[in-house]
Amino acid sequence: MYRDLKWKIPLILAVVLGAVWLAYPLKEKIALGLDLQGGMHLVLEVKVEKAVEASLDRLADDIKRDIAEEDLEVDRIKVILEDRQVNVRMVDKVDLPSAKKVLEKYAFFRLVREDSDGLGLVYQMSADQIKQIEQNAVSQGLETIRNRVDQFGVSEPTIQSQGETRILVQLPGVKDPERAINLIGKTARLEFKLLDEENSLQQAISGNVPEESEILYQRIENKETGEVTKDPFLLKKRAVLTGETLTGAEIRFDSDFNEPYVALNFNSVGAMIFQQVTRENIKKRLAIVLDGNVYSAPVIQDEIAGGRAQITGRFTSEEARDLAIILRAGALPAPVVILENRTVGPSLGQDSIEKGITSIIYGGLLVLVFIVLYYKLSGIIAVVALFLNIVLLAGALAYFGAALTLPGIAGIILTVGMAIDANVLVFERIREELRNGKTVRAAIDAGFSKAFHTIVDANITTFIAAVVLFQFGTGPIKGFAITLCIGIAASMFTAVFVSRAIFDGTMSHRKLDKLSI
Amino acid sequence: MKLINSETHFDFMGKIKIAMTVSGLMILIGLASILLSGGLKYGIDFSGGTLVQLQFKTPPDINVIRDGLRTIGLGESTIQEFGTERDILIRVPSSEEKLKAIGSQVRDSLGEHFNKADITIERVEMVGPKVGSDLREKALLSILYAIIGIVIYISWRFELQYAIAAIIALIHDVLVTMGAFSIFDKEFTLVIVAAFLTIIGYSLNDTIVIFDRIRENLRRKGKSTLTQVINASINQTLSRTLLTSGTTLLVVMALFLFGGEIIHDFSFALLIGIFVGTYSSIFIASVFLVFWASRARA
Repeated sequence: MYRDLKWKIPLILAVVLGAVWLAYPLKEKIALGLDLQGGMHLVLEVKVEKAVEASLDRLADDIKRDIAEEDLEVDRIKVILEDRQVNVRMVDKVDLPSAKKVLEKYAFFRLVREDSDGLGLVYQMSADQIKQIEQNAVSQGLETIRNRVDQFGVSEPTIQSQGETRILVQLPGVKDPERAINLIGKTARLEFKLLDEENSLQQAISGNVPEESEILYQRIENKETGEVTKDPFLLKKRAVLTGETLTGAEIRFDSDFNEPYVALNFNSVGAMIFQQVTRENIKKRLAIVLDGNVYSAPVIQDEIAGGRAQITGRFTSEEARDLAIILRAGALPAPVVILENRTVGPSLGQDSIEKGITSIIYGGLLVLVFIVLYYKLSGIIAVVALFLNIVLLAGALAYFGAALTLPGIAGIILTVGMAIDANVLVFERIREELRNGKTVRAAIDAGFSKAFHTIVDANITTFIAAVVLFQFGTGPIKGFAITLCIGIAASMFTAVFVSRAIFDGTMSHRKLDKLSI
Repeated sequence: MKLINSETHFDFMGKIKIAMTVSGLMILIGLASILLSGGLKYGIDFSGGTLVQLQFKTPPDINVIRDGLRTIGLGESTIQEFGTERDILIRVPSSEEKLKAIGSQVRDSLGEHFNKADITIERVEMVGPKVGSDLREKALLSILYAIIGIVIYISWRFELQYAIAAIIALIHDVLVTMGAFSIFDKEFTLVIVAAFLTIIGYSLNDTIVIFDRIRENLRRKGKSTLTQVINASINQTLSRTLLTSGTTLLVVMALFLFGGEIIHDFSFALLIGIFVGTYSSIFIASVFLVFWASRARA
């Protein structure tokens, strides 16, 4: 009569034990979302157009050099940023055809027009090349950020690209979010630039900046008052050396004042250039510039061989350590800006967990008491089903590796409500059948079979909404959608399958004339 | 135990006029409130902006906080208590990329009046304008997709007219809840959209249970009219409808009371949505079913 119990009970036990095995111990098996454990969620946008600009600037230098090597006289090479073009200006019309020839080897440049005076050529960078540069900027940026985060020491960070130009960074449990932002978001373009000592800084400040020079500032922050002063420097625009030739950077402390500084090592090319520059510019000042800020501008005392340099600048040891990390990991190929930042402190996360659990307990207890009062013994079956439902939910969360978020907890609470619904549908139907004069057996059979379709139909609409939500949502919302989906599936299983088995199981032992419902 | 008599014979369909008036009024008041306040109030998820949540050791004076913020040019921020007197939420309208370290900037600006060590930065959320408009579009689309998916499912399982009646009921629910949000001056955020989608799913739950019964009763209706069948169906499922909504409201109430400030508006939306959803399953959805059928016959 209840032969199918022989496989139903073992199946239910297997499913429940499986869920327990998957989810136990809860603390280790269920991942918490950033909103519960605290942490940082960042969406960065890579300013890819800056990478294209930088590439055009570099190419202009290369072209100039290549043309000069052919003994042709270049007037100048102008980069037209907004159109992605370079304008090659020659001194003599006669050289134009030879210049064209030199430019033939730059396959991604297409000649779009000649200047009307016959002295210039305008070349357009191809769309493919631009796309390539942009993609490289994002993928290299991603790698660089990954390196920096790895060295910063965050457990289980997520760093991935999102769309074409965005990078998603998630740092769970990060202690000092602002420090992390500084570390991740710094472009870290290290440049060594000579001071322009032939021209007057005063004149430059009043607006008369020589074409080959620029004004950059040194920010000096008074650590006690927090006051910031800015010292201007007139520097040659062209960097004599950049961070690309760095092989290492580490924090050191000077022996006199125990002040931290960052020691740099260059590769052989960098070392050679550094030696040459220092030899040729003794008694002149060389500025160390990071992301357009002057850190220091020491006077070159002597030729420096061996490829070593140092950055000083009244650092705290934390700042020096972070700077070293950034320099080691390398510069970002293009600057990044923060599009979205959601940071939750650890205490707030803990607070949310506690409040979430409190509401589950109170909500659950209320429902439990109510359902037992209302349906008596049958109510207890519903409570057992409800309890199993939560166990299954935990198991499924662990199995899918889905993070539990605060909205996810809300999803669990809703599931409690919905799991009860499926039982209520069945029980009400049974009551109705009993009223219509059916026997207990027949009423239970009819109740379950008639309620089944209703339960499926009613739950599937919520399921559809939850799936859409999963597709569209981010982070916490996804957590809600997934608990809701799992919860619906679990509640259908427990209400239809488990409750039924319990009813059948109790009835197989004795014949009931009255059902406690 | 029984909530209501086992065999009720309420004449729901006879109360249609009252129900339509009540619904019409609720929607009108809501829409009026939305219009008067110049549209829906978007949270930073959709409008872009920055939000800083601070916890103080002792309850601070909001005016003093404003004075501090003024020194860093953020005097125009909205400052409010968040759950307790010690928790303060500061909303800065702009989300400039320069505001990287806004958390500590805010804390530093308060250094003159408070002991910095007594201030904890609990939460910082910054959403750029571009992301905001992306999210807005995504949210609208998601609600649209959910509705389309549900229409397809219901028309497959029932008939198109059932689907349309169900959709009218759920649009009713969404409109009323939106109105309530505007009246209570609450913000639309991502989480609220999640609540709306849940309401959409949940509101249908009741509707479908009633529809299911209507369909079952129609197969053996005999001489009764459609109105009588619908009335009987609502009555037969009434105790289930009230019971389920009741238990769900109980748990959502627990969430509303104990879930904390962050999830407060979410549970508020659910409370209203579930309440209205139950009402609309009984009155709105069935009314339109009758309306449709009578038109089809004419």
